[in-house]
Amino acid sequence: MGYMLNGTEFEADEEGYLTDLTVWNPDLALLIAESENLEMNDERWEVVNFLRSYYDEYQVAPAIRVLTKALTKTMGPEKGNNEYLYELFPYGPAKQACKIAGLPKPTGCV
Amino acid sequence: MADAAKTPPAKPAKAAPKKFMYVNRRAPYGTIYALESLEVVLIGAAFDQEVALAFIDDGVFQLTKGQDTKPLGVKNFSPTFRALGDYGVTKLYVEKESLQERGLTIADLQAVTYEDENDGFKEKPSIQVLTRAEMGAIMQKQDVLLNF
Repeated sequence: MGYMLNGTEFEADEEGYLTDLTVWNPDLALLIAESENLEMNDERWEVVNFLRSYYDEYQVAPAIRVLTKALTKTMGPEKGNNEYLYELFPYGPAKQACKIAGLPKPTGCV
Repeated sequence: MADAAKTPPAKPAKAAPKKFMYVNRRAPYGTIYALESLEVVLIGAAFDQEVALAFIDDGVFQLTKGQDTKPLGVKNFSPTFRALGDYGVTKLYVEKESLQERGLTIADLQAVTYEDENDGFKEKPSIQVLTRAEMGAIMQKQDVLLNF
């Protein structure tokens, strides 16, 4: 499975995660979100951008518990909770938001 | 019997957390052990146990700063150690003799810190250099030792 964007194919694994995270760009994120039936808005971008910067710093996607804790710290408790994140990403913020952010599938996703 | 049904069963006592120590003895690259160990630590951190990491022998190289894996064509996962604090893993023990035998000091290791929730989120170092004897004593106190 892959993504076609402006005539270029971007390779992805069978679950839709990009195989090369360096090829990611915002247009590709929109396309991946579309294939997840999600429309990108400011709130979703906020989470996706956070995941990208976390990965950039630590070379690992945060576990959901770590994500909520970090969002609480940077954006307040109304955004740093599971309910809010699942509203934005119904199939799981770790899985779905990471996919849109072009990150590898989180390890040991519980 | 009817009365008994009304009383909710007593909640089972929460098991006391066990002390887990992950013992890292190998260089970071060349084998998959170091990366696998770190991944198990990250996954295991979800289970609220007491987790410590030990770095012994060539394992001390896992924490060296300025790692560049480009020529090897593998991912440099050393920044991930700095995320451990977020996962509540705040004890990284490094054996002094292993450093010395390899011509290293703590200055060659990257800084790994955590925010102490019980102390106003003060940033504190996670890495502690221990002598072989001290390391042995801490190992004695563990419930589970996992070797990588």
